Amino acid sequence: MTNRNNGWVGAISGPPKEKGLYMKQLKEVLARGLFTVAACISILAVALICIFLFVNGIPGMVQIGIVDFITGTRWKPGNNIYGIMPMIIGSIYVTAGALIIGVPGGILTAVFLSKFASKRTVKFMKPAVSLLAGIPSVVFGFFGLVVIVPLVRKFFGGSGSSLLAACVLLGMMILPTIITVSESALNAVPHSYYEGALALGASHERAVFKVMLPAAKSGVTASIILGMGRAIGEAMAVMMVSGNRAVVPDSLIKGVRTLTTNIVMEMGYAADLHREALIATAVVLFVFILIINLLFSILKRRARL
Amino acid sequence: MSAKTRSRMVRMLVYAGAASSMMVLLFIVGYILYKGIPHLSPKLFAWEYNTVNVSLLPALINTLYMTVLSLFIAVPLGVGAAIYLSEYARRNNKLVKLVRLTTETLSGIPSVIYGLFGALFYVMYLRMNLSLISGALTLSIMILPLIMRTTEEALIAVPNAFREGSYGLGAGRLRTTFSIVLPSAGPGILAGVILGIGRIVGETAALIYTAGTVPEAATGLLDSARTLSVHMYTLSSEGLYIGETYATAVVLLVMVIGINALSIWTSEKLGRRNYGKI
Repeated sequence: MTNRNNGWVGAISGPPKEKGLYMKQLKEVLARGLFTVAACISILAVALICIFLFVNGIPGMVQIGIVDFITGTRWKPGNNIYGIMPMIIGSIYVTAGALIIGVPGGILTAVFLSKFASKRTVKFMKPAVSLLAGIPSVVFGFFGLVVIVPLVRKFFGGSGSSLLAACVLLGMMILPTIITVSESALNAVPHSYYEGALALGASHERAVFKVMLPAAKSGVTASIILGMGRAIGEAMAVMMVSGNRAVVPDSLIKGVRTLTTNIVMEMGYAADLHREALIATAVVLFVFILIINLLFSILKRRARL
Repeated sequence: MSAKTRSRMVRMLVYAGAASSMMVLLFIVGYILYKGIPHLSPKLFAWEYNTVNVSLLPALINTLYMTVLSLFIAVPLGVGAAIYLSEYARRNNKLVKLVRLTTETLSGIPSVIYGLFGALFYVMYLRMNLSLISGALTLSIMILPLIMRTTEEALIAVPNAFREGSYGLGAGRLRTTFSIVLPSAGPGILAGVILGIGRIVGETAALIYTAGTVPEAATGLLDSARTLSVHMYTLSSEGLYIGETYATAVVLLVMVIGINALSIWTSEKLGRRNYGKI
């Protein structure tokens, strides 16, 4: 941000003296207009997304009854009963499970990359992590389907397509996010903190865990929030391993359905109120995501990432 | 327990944590490659898709179309917006704040919501039906924040001396932007665009209800067409062609990892040239 000019450099001053100069000025004004329009596209996009979700979702929600819709525990489109509590709880369970599995490994890996690894290891591992961040969610989902689901079935019983499988898979999927953001947060802590801790007699490990990690708290939390957003928004991979039962699961090996999978599963054939209920499901998901985004941007600002 | 043993244990924990998360991620890639490569056969690259031979070539061609179309829409808009933010706008004017807020919001929206929005807006409201163009318009909004952010970072990294030199020689702002700033920021912008390609190739949820699942190569913008990721998803949910699904996963994985590697290489090798020598 430091090397941006303040708007005066290159400005053309005074009235145009020749035709060429006039054309030049016209071109400048046109270009500024075009770039401004391009910048406004993202405002337009957010506005359109909000309008189309809310206009199509709210009437259905009102017809069902907002309280019944959100707190209802039965989802039976065949009988026109639409309650999304099981999906809200499903999303929360799955996200919490993913964080329990993904966060410790992710943060330890970030600490390793930032404070323990040799330069050569970092040079190999960092690109590897960013490459793995790009694995498409269907590939993750397929891996879950052919590896994690059978393992759950073998060791814990049931069909295998379960809350547990979804949590394990999502925990793996959010690893790269948590690693990259936490690592840059750790790298942003001034080195003098570390030196100060060593000068007071702390060992390397103690300095890292008692001084550096607490100092990077906001950034590390931001990485967790970002991972949370990924987990709650993931649809395809979860759908392939979670069993998709629209009932609040009473154990880890029971099937579960999340807000996202509810939309993807039934959007293909839904009509009328059923369709509106699905769009209303997206409205609820959207509100969750907006809250998570808000938390993330507050923490990001605090961590100066 | 002495301080020394405790330190050693903590170090072990860090090493174990790092090793296990790397191993998990590498295992996924390794497993897919190990199971899928034996199933790769020339048959999978036949021109026609049918139930006897679930060829992935039509889907691959559609992926190419989808990528080109989405970039065609998203890159001019994203680069233009980044130019506005970095070269034209005064800092902290209201419009800039709003643009940043909405861009951040866009980058956090899950792809399933993009898919639903695309289905409501492009497919139904604008009556484009399930088509290549509905899918591409949906994806271009999805990758817009990515292109904007990477381009803006690349533009900001261009030293101000470049701009001042250009202005000193009498060039206007437009000319300075296009002849001096953009070429210097080229590699950074390219890296962002390649990253965007990776997102497009790997996307499924935003495409199922916008571009549809027709397994044939599209012949026009209004044809429904499945990309490779959607193809992989339908194969896996049909559950009839496990070997072919593994092989398709290999192709998809290799493509996406290759694309991302290219992006990293572009920004690392080409990005940090001659700025230091001024």
